[in-house]
Amino acid sequence: MENSAIIQINQLIKRFPMGKGEFTALKGINLNFGTGEFAGLIGPSGSGKTTLLNIIGSLDTPTKGEAVVLGKSISKLSAKESAKLRKESLGFIFQSYNLLQVHTVFENVEFPLLLLDYTTLERKKMVMDALEWVGLTDKVKSKPPQLSGGECQRVAIARAMVKKPSLVLADEPTANLDAANSHNILQTMLNLNRELKTTFIFATHDEKVIGYLKRKIFLKDGLVDQEEWMNQ
Amino acid sequence: MKIAFKLAFRNLIGAGLRTGLNVIVLSFSFVVIIWAKGILVGWDHQAKNDMEQWEIGKGQFWHNQYDPYDGFTITDSHAPIPNEFKPEIEKGEMVPMLFAQGTIYPQGRMQPAMIKGIPASQNLLKIPTHKLDSVTDAIPAIIGEVMARSSHLEKGSRVVLRWRDSKGTFDATEIEIVDIFSTTVPTIDVAQVWINLETMQEKLLLPEQATLFSFANAEENRPAVGDFRLKTKKELTAEIDAMIKTKNAGQSVFYFILLLLAMLAIFDTQILSIFRRQKEIGTYVALGYTRQQVVTLFTVEGAMHAVLAAALAAVYGIPFFIWQARVGFTVPMDTSEFGMAIAPTMYPIYSVGLILSTTLIVLLTTSVVSYWPARRIAKMNPTEALRGKIQ
Ligand SMILES: Nc1ncnc2c1ncn2[C@@H]1O[C@H](COP(=O)(O)OP(=O)(O)OP(=O)(O)O)[C@@H](O)[C@H]1O
Ligand SMILES: [Mg+2]
Repeated sequence: MENSAIIQINQLIKRFPMGKGEFTALKGINLNFGTGEFAGLIGPSGSGKTTLLNIIGSLDTPTKGEAVVLGKSISKLSAKESAKLRKESLGFIFQSYNLLQVHTVFENVEFPLLLLDYTTLERKKMVMDALEWVGLTDKVKSKPPQLSGGECQRVAIARAMVKKPSLVLADEPTANLDAANSHNILQTMLNLNRELKTTFIFATHDEKVIGYLKRKIFLKDGLVDQEEWMNQ
Repeated sequence: MKIAFKLAFRNLIGAGLRTGLNVIVLSFSFVVIIWAKGILVGWDHQAKNDMEQWEIGKGQFWHNQYDPYDGFTITDSHAPIPNEFKPEIEKGEMVPMLFAQGTIYPQGRMQPAMIKGIPASQNLLKIPTHKLDSVTDAIPAIIGEVMARSSHLEKGSRVVLRWRDSKGTFDATEIEIVDIFSTTVPTIDVAQVWINLETMQEKLLLPEQATLFSFANAEENRPAVGDFRLKTKKELTAEIDAMIKTKNAGQSVFYFILLLLAMLAIFDTQILSIFRRQKEIGTYVALGYTRQQVVTLFTVEGAMHAVLAAALAAVYGIPFFIWQARVGFTVPMDTSEFGMAIAPTMYPIYSVGLILSTTLIVLLTTSVVSYWPARRIAKMNPTEALRGKIQ
C-alpha cells in the first residue's frame, strides 16, 4: 500500500429522500485511499458505487460521517471550494460519457483546461497528448453524435485525464468498449498511474477492469463487504 | 467570463436551427424598431423643415393680441408695421402678414375661412404668392389642396368672400382662385385663403398694418418690437415635437409586442435548454464550474442571441435602411386629412443614438429574459442533473 492518504472516509452515511421516508444508500463506509492507488468499487447494481464516487468527487455531500479528499472535508466545502477542488484535482469519467454534444472532440477534451490557466498552445499540446493516449487523434474535429459509443467513452476518458489530475473517478469507464480498446485504455491509465502517481478509483463490475485493479473493494447494500489486495 | 462567451458561442452555433429562428425573429424586431423610429425622426425633421419653408421661416413676430386658437382675437390683433422691420422687409428677409376672419360661399354653402394677406412679391416662403399678381377683375386668391377639396373649389373658380372691415362694416367681394398649391403644412392650407397683402390692407381699412411676420434671420434672441413679440422657431414647432412624442408612445406598444414575441421565443428556448441540457449542466459542474458560472454561461448564451441578431440585422438592415432613406416610405393612404404635417412620403433618419439605444434595450431585455430561467440552475443538485432526473 502507498503512503500518504489522499482520501479518508469515516462512518459515511448517505440517505436520499424517497417518497415520505428515506432511503439509505450508504450505511457507514470506512475506507482510506493512499496516493497512487488503482482501486475499484465492485458490487451489484444499486450497491452504492456511484453514490460513493459522487461524494468523493464533491458532487454530493454526506448525510453523516466524513469524507476527506485531498485534505478537504467534503461536507464543509463551500460551493466555490468544491468547484475549485474538482477543477484542479479531479477527473470524472461518467457511466454515460456526458460529452458536450455540439462541441468537437478537441473542444470536449479542451474544456477542463479552459478553466485553468493554460495558453492556447499549451492546451493544444495537452489535448493532442490525451487523444493520443486513447487513440483518437484522427477524430479531433468530429462531434460526439458522429462517434461510436466506444469512441465517446474514449473522449470522456481523455477529457478526465487531460489535465493530469491527482485523482480520477471512473464510473463504469469500459461499459461500451470492446476487449482490445478496454485493454489499451486500462494500460494507458496504468501508465499514468505509474508515471504521475495519479490515483484511480473505479466503479465497475466489468471483469476486464477488475483484472487490472490492485485493490478490490466489494460493496453490498451500502456497506463494504470485503476487500482484496493484489501483490505487485 | 471570456470562457463563457467562447462556450456560449459554440453552444449557440451548435444548436443550429433553433438559434437561427430566434435570431431571425429578434433581428426582425431590431430592423423594424430602428426603421419605425427612424421614420418618426425623419417625419419630425421633415415637418419642421416644411413648416420653416412654408410658414414660419426662422421665426416669427406675433402681435400681442394674436392667438391662433382664439378666433375672436383676430379682429384686434394687428398694428402698423414697425419701422425697425422695414429694412428687413425690403431686403426680402421678412414677410408681413395680415389675418382676418371671413366667410366664403362656395356653391351657396357657407364656409368660414381665415383670410391671410401676404405680399405677392415675397420669396421667403414657398407659398406661390407670385400668382397673386394675376390680373383678373375679381381678387386673385390662392388656396391649398385640402382647402380646395373641402370647398370644392378649382383653379379658376370664383366665389363670394364676405368679411368685416376694421370699422365693423360687412363687405362682400368676389375672389378668383388663381392657383392651388400642395403643401404638407396644414396650418396654411386647411380653411385658409391667401390674397395679396395690399389688397387686404385696403379692404380692411388697415393700411400698413400686419398681424405677424415671418423672418429669415436665424438670430436666437430678438427683442420685442412695439406690439410685436418674438416667437422662436422652437416655440412654433413645439407642437410637432408633442405630436411626434404621442406617436412614439403609440408605436411603443407595437415595439413592445414585437419584442415580447422575440423574448418569448428566447425565454422558451432557455427553459427548454435547462431541462434538456441537465446532463450537460451536471457535466459543467463536475468539470469544475460553479453553478453560478453555469448560470452566467446560460445567460450569456441567451443574451448572445441579441448579439447575433444585431449582426444579422446589420446584414440586411443596413441596405434596407439606406434604401429607405433614399426612396422614403410612402404612406399607403390619404394623409392630407390627418390635420397634421405629414408628407405622403416620409424619409427615415437614423442616428447613432437611435441605433445604440435600440441595441442596448434589446440586449438588456434579452439578458434579463435569459437570466431569469437560468437562475434555476443555481438551485440544481449536480448529481440529479447528471442523472437527468430533474422535472
Ligand atoms: N438521488 C437519488 N435519490 C434517491 N435514491 C437514489 C439517488 N441516487 C441513488 N439512489 C439510490 O441509491 C442506491 C445506490 O445507487 P447508486 O447509483 O450509487 O448504485 P450503483 O452501485 O452505482 O448502481 P449501478 O451499478 O446500477 O450504477 C440505489 O438504490 C439508488 O436507487
Ligand atoms: Mg452507478
